[in-house]
Amino acid sequence: MSAAKNINITLKIWRQKNAKAKGQIETYKLDNVSTASSFLEMLDQLNEQLINEKKEPVAFDHDCREGICGMCSLYINGRAHGPDTGTTTCQLHMRKFNDGDTIYIEPWRSKAFPVVKDLVVDRSAFDRIQQAGGFVSVNTSGRTIDANAIPVPKHDADRAFEAAACIGCGACVATCKNGSAMLFVGAKVSQYALLPQGKVEATQRVLNMVRQMDEEGFGNCTNTGACEVECPKGISLENIARMNREYLKASLK
Amino acid sequence: MALTGLFLCLFLAGHLAGNLQLIFSDASAFNKYALFMTTNPAVKILSYLTYISILFHAVDGFMLTYQNAKARPIGYAKNNPSKNSSFSSRNMAVLGTLILVFIVTHMVNFWAKMHFDEKMPLQTITVEQMGQKMEYYVTTDHGKYYPADPAQLGQMGLEIRNKTEFYNKEVNVKMGEGYKDLHKITVAFFKDPKFGLIATIAYVVAMLVLAFHLLHGFQSAFQSLGLNNPKYTPLIKGFGKAFAIVVPLLFAAIPVYIHFFLK
Repeated sequence: MSAAKNINITLKIWRQKNAKAKGQIETYKLDNVSTASSFLEMLDQLNEQLINEKKEPVAFDHDCREGICGMCSLYINGRAHGPDTGTTTCQLHMRKFNDGDTIYIEPWRSKAFPVVKDLVVDRSAFDRIQQAGGFVSVNTSGRTIDANAIPVPKHDADRAFEAAACIGCGACVATCKNGSAMLFVGAKVSQYALLPQGKVEATQRVLNMVRQMDEEGFGNCTNTGACEVECPKGISLENIARMNREYLKASLK
Repeated sequence: MALTGLFLCLFLAGHLAGNLQLIFSDASAFNKYALFMTTNPAVKILSYLTYISILFHAVDGFMLTYQNAKARPIGYAKNNPSKNSSFSSRNMAVLGTLILVFIVTHMVNFWAKMHFDEKMPLQTITVEQMGQKMEYYVTTDHGKYYPADPAQLGQMGLEIRNKTEFYNKEVNVKMGEGYKDLHKITVAFFKDPKFGLIATIAYVVAMLVLAFHLLHGFQSAFQSLGLNNPKYTPLIKGFGKAFAIVVPLLFAAIPVYIHFFLK
């Protein structure tokens, strides 16, 4: 890897005062950005500059900064989580950019993810879908049976684990031309559908989660496959097909 | 969407097999086939299923497109979708609309003529008799021919009723039935000195649009039906790709053959 250097960049960032305000793209010049810094550190640097200039800093979501919490978002240069695949925005580094680059930074765009401020969107639609069925009901009286006591075929366990890797960041919705949440819901449905513990509530789960998904105003899947490419956790389209099977099965019951 | 789409793929295969007779067979066989396709009851049921499928597929497509547009009221200032999805998959609605326009034009050009045109010609053959060329109507009864010259037909006491039926005027009895000459109409359409070349080009372009629509549509239908499996999906995708290339290519070959090569 080449040594870190400093680059000067132009940022075009969506600024929106609050949920009701009409936002617009604003342009900022940022000099001396180390290519060793992360994308979010670059935004921190911008915010310091803005605060020094007595301007409102850019609001953006972040938490763990190691790609597991699903809090960061950002549509960077026309792609969810930026130009890298299989990573979240917090895992993106400035070495991916060149001196003199113009970088567009926009919030996730979806009717179901309204902008709260600047680059922060409200993703509680995902929480409501999860609450509609993304769980197993277990007696927690203290005599809970160890989950490992139930044998699960290795193949199924692996598929369930892959689906459970979904961090609910919403990149699938952001990148989908239809603003569809099918990859997210497909992953959540699959995670349980593949395990014996999830079979008990399978019928109601898929019906309720899909109903909630539609109510939230997400679009329909047309199988462009963009979500699978942009998903930082590599959730497979197979999960959408599995959800479709589960839904069909549940609808016929 | 998926079910009607796959049914329409089956229709395409059947339609292609029939139409290839325009290249590999003669007028007689093609017109015989055309008569069968417009009168056989089983084919009739299939054809109504096809009309319904086309309508449902189109209406469903428009509804999906409308709903999906509503799911993103504010678009991106900068978007780079070519990095994560194919041209076809992102333009199914546009491609589909173009195909719908083509289907309507295509049906006006051929289907409507076959069904409703009062001036639809009947198939004839030319026979040389004593150094004179005579034209005769071909009938569905093998070996029965009636003169195409109206005066001669009248002399025999015959007249044409219901576009294709030969009637004995005196006794009011049907003597035979002719074939509508769809072959002639088709050849004349693509060989027209004024519009033949334009029609041929338009048909080839329409098939190119169909190819792109199928390139995404075929495999997409299986995914929508939940049929995604590491073992079979590569086969489905491979077959879908081949189908999307071969079927439109063969369809396009028909007008090209008629316009440039058919004598």
